[in-house]
Amino acid sequence: MSPQKRVKNSQVQKRTSQVSGNYPTNLLAWEEKEDLNDSKYSLKRGQNNPVEDYGHADDQAEDALQIAVRYFEKGPVKTSQNKDKILEEHLKTVENVALKNGLAPEGIDILLNVALSGKFGSAVNTRILKCMIPTTLISEHSVVKAVSWLCVGKCSGSTKVLFYRWLVAMFDFIDHKEEINLLYGFFFASLQDDALCPYACHLLYLLTKKENVKPFRVRKLLDLQAKMGMQPHLQALLSLYKFFAPTLISVSLPTRKKIYFKNSENLWKTALLAVRQRNQGPPPEPLKLMLGPAKVRPVKRLPSQMGAVLNNSLLLHYINCVKDESILLRLYHWLSQTLQEECIWYKVNNFEHEKEFANFLATVNRAQCFLQEGFYSCETFLYKSLPLWDGFCCRSQFLQLVSWIPFNSFSEVKPLVFDHLAQLFFTSTIYFKSSVLQSLKELLQNWLLWLSVDIHMKPVMNSPLETTLGGSMNSVSELIHYVGWLSTTALRLESNSTFLLHFILDFYEKVCDIYINYNLPLVVLFPPGIFYPALLSLDSSILNQLCYIMHRYRKNLTAAKKNELVQKTKSEFNFSSKTYQEFNHYLTAMVGCLWTSKPFQKGFYIDPDVLEKTGVAEYKNSLNLVHHPALLSYAVSFLLQEWPEERTTVNMRSIRGKKWNWYLDYLFSEGLQGLKLFIRSSIHHSSVP
Amino acid sequence: MDSYESTHQHIASSRLKDYFIGATPLQKRLESVRKQTSFVPTPPRRKIPQCSQLQEDNDPQKVAFLLHKQWTLYSLTPLYKFSYTNLKEYASLLSAFIAAEKQKGLAVEVGEDFNIKVTFSTLLGMKGTQRDPEAFLVQILSKSQLPSENREHKVLWTGWFCCIFGDSLLETVSEDFTCVPLFLANGAETNTAIVGTWFQKTFDCYFSPLAINAFNLSWMAAMWTACKMDQYMAATEFLWSVPCSPQSLDISYAIHPEDAKALWDSVHKTPGEVTQEEVDLFMDCLYSHFHRHFKIHLSATRLVRVSTSVASAHTDGKIKVSLNKSSYVIFPYCYIVFKMYGICIFHIEEAQWNANLRQ
Repeated sequence: MSPQKRVKNSQVQKRTSQVSGNYPTNLLAWEEKEDLNDSKYSLKRGQNNPVEDYGHADDQAEDALQIAVRYFEKGPVKTSQNKDKILEEHLKTVENVALKNGLAPEGIDILLNVALSGKFGSAVNTRILKCMIPTTLISEHSVVKAVSWLCVGKCSGSTKVLFYRWLVAMFDFIDHKEEINLLYGFFFASLQDDALCPYACHLLYLLTKKENVKPFRVRKLLDLQAKMGMQPHLQALLSLYKFFAPTLISVSLPTRKKIYFKNSENLWKTALLAVRQRNQGPPPEPLKLMLGPAKVRPVKRLPSQMGAVLNNSLLLHYINCVKDESILLRLYHWLSQTLQEECIWYKVNNFEHEKEFANFLATVNRAQCFLQEGFYSCETFLYKSLPLWDGFCCRSQFLQLVSWIPFNSFSEVKPLVFDHLAQLFFTSTIYFKSSVLQSLKELLQNWLLWLSVDIHMKPVMNSPLETTLGGSMNSVSELIHYVGWLSTTALRLESNSTFLLHFILDFYEKVCDIYINYNLPLVVLFPPGIFYPALLSLDSSILNQLCYIMHRYRKNLTAAKKNELVQKTKSEFNFSSKTYQEFNHYLTAMVGCLWTSKPFQKGFYIDPDVLEKTGVAEYKNSLNLVHHPALLSYAVSFLLQEWPEERTTVNMRSIRGKKWNWYLDYLFSEGLQGLKLFIRSSIHHSSVP
Repeated sequence: MDSYESTHQHIASSRLKDYFIGATPLQKRLESVRKQTSFVPTPPRRKIPQCSQLQEDNDPQKVAFLLHKQWTLYSLTPLYKFSYTNLKEYASLLSAFIAAEKQKGLAVEVGEDFNIKVTFSTLLGMKGTQRDPEAFLVQILSKSQLPSENREHKVLWTGWFCCIFGDSLLETVSEDFTCVPLFLANGAETNTAIVGTWFQKTFDCYFSPLAINAFNLSWMAAMWTACKMDQYMAATEFLWSVPCSPQSLDISYAIHPEDAKALWDSVHKTPGEVTQEEVDLFMDCLYSHFHRHFKIHLSATRLVRVSTSVASAHTDGKIKVSLNKSSYVIFPYCYIVFKMYGICIFHIEEAQWNANLRQ
């Protein structure tokens, strides 16, 4: 189907759905719109233009259709000379539109009335009935109205037969059946009409509910059978009755199945297919597709199997609560197989289904997110598919799978996932690197959440998990070190890109708060390869983020220290003094650079001779809050704002003493909250330079 | 409220413990996948299967029925709540399902009389070890309208399910599941689809077409060539496909079976088993021979079909045993074909992924 056509159809569908909600008013509106057209003009145009024109512009076709419907509704024009020609043209219009796109419920409503009211001849009625093809649905009211015409006796026997056949064929597209079921008695009465009988039987077969089966009807049917002999259609209805009320029917019916009904659908066969397609979207051939040998079978919908839970949050909730291994196994098998089958990068030269696969992965990710738990199937899928992945296909969905890898021993998963990921990471663009870091951050967060929930179930000391908790912490710290390694190398490869640094520091924002936020005994500092590029960054937001992280590290470490003192027991999880030393080292370097203007002495030491050679006269000041390349512009704007008269002689060195404090306030007011927290917590104010 | 929390706690903490102990079938499954992925997945050597005592249980007539038919292979996830004691019931349910599918729109009753008949029966002996579940056969038969001919049903479709040396797979499922990972079908595809759908719905399993990659095809070529036969029915033939546009090019390479056997005997060193090196060497010899004559490197193309006097296999997942029905003497070979395929199936997943890695 061409895209234009699809758009068109969806418009039609939309209109139909609006209409069915508010039937009478919309019908009025529809008629009003039609009145706006100059009917004379249209008719003239109709005469001049050959019929083929109708297919060209859909708008034109729509207008023409409305005029045609209006024409039929008014009844035949007796006076016009070429009335046959006009009639023929309008009929063609209706047929064309109906066969192409189907008719809206209002159109069917009006035309059914026309066909059964006997305004036109039998031949016209037949043609109208044959093109009563819905766009999507038929309104029940239209059917009830149409049936009422049958009582008036205005239409011929053949039209009646055709109408019954049409009802049978379109049965599934009628929006409701309650009111039609109320007419059960009427349809049942038409069994007496020999011509109608087979079709009435079929209709009743579709319509019958248990409460419709009554002794008097059974008697009537048996009478009919006695009169007409063993007719297959009567037998079908009888066996259905027997199914509903075995006690009412004592005659034995042949058990062998035959084709009971003449095929009423034949006339509308292709049209019906088209309607079904419109209603369902993809063509309904699941059976063929299901097992076609080595054929590509796109995931169209989830099956009536365990996999169906993915789309249903209630069922997901259920499987989360029920601790039944077989349910999980069923889901595991289904999901593993589906992922493997659908994964597009195993299929050479087949990238058409990328979107569908991406959607499927998104569904799986949603389910994992809902359960806050990764599926084993996805984990095994990652093991197998990551080595073959190009790093491009379904990137965001695939990386999201990585972030849901269930908590594991890191060293075990590393060769299966993280080594492959590292290869891709180093050889891909900066954007890919950033997305990987983002998903590793989410992975870390998920692991921490799992562990923190788990640990607080039982007091750590007496739990049998005690030893494994140490193992778990090890695993987390290995993950952090792995990301540290990735980040350090990536910064070198991407020449300390600010963009990348943001993602790296985002990761460490999670890392620095593990002790306080997740109540887990773990503090891991960043490697120097990340700390120094961040400290010397030209971007103030990076510096700000670094300050914030240092501030949080401090909080976490002091909290840990305090706890140790309170508990006084030697816990397995006391941090080594090395962690504190490392932190102090970084802190000294930062304070030396930003605050005391004594960089390169403690913390990160550089031989004075080397510094001398750089030719920078006052290197000591060059990294403090005023002269730091990330903050220099703040210092200048600060001076210009406070002392605009000194515009020509901006003297950076004047920022000292009281001015220094004002400058700090200015920086804080500019949104450098991380810096503020860092200075408040790590620097004693007596030491203002 | 308290009670809710405590149960919740219990579940959550035991989950973590399970991770480390690897207690549940699911964890075992994960373990085995990890092992397969991290180590060399395909065994460097395979034993030439000998006829086990199990084979004596075979119903020769039923097995003869499996010969000379082209089977399309599917891999199958474990069947949930399948029971060998309910085969009769399954037969009637499946026949009702098929009838319903074939005459869409009309209700059918289970147990009604249709013009087709479905049978389920076990295929004794078609397994590798005692632990393997029994193989079973499903057939769709047409019922003749005339009562006199009632005895002779025409077979419309046949499919069978088996598990051969499924030890590692069996460990990773709980008792609610039946592991028959290989499904072979012969007959109209629509019937395969209907039966497949019914199985998928009834036992919550998943069928997927099973391709045989070039790697396994070479193994089969080697192992089938190794079979000694009194009389060779057909040439040993290989088919390679050269992917080029607009039309792919096929290269067929037929060898006299005795020559192939001689070649195999010259590379085969270890009695009782076949090693990866031997298979590679066997194929390399064929390649170099071909290159000497035609200056074409077959190793750069893709092996898509292998056919020998014993059996033939296509990369699309179709296999056929070519052994003569009457030659029961050499019947074990037929057994070997399926049994060997069973061994491959045991490595289905790995083999498939492995093939991708190699491509």
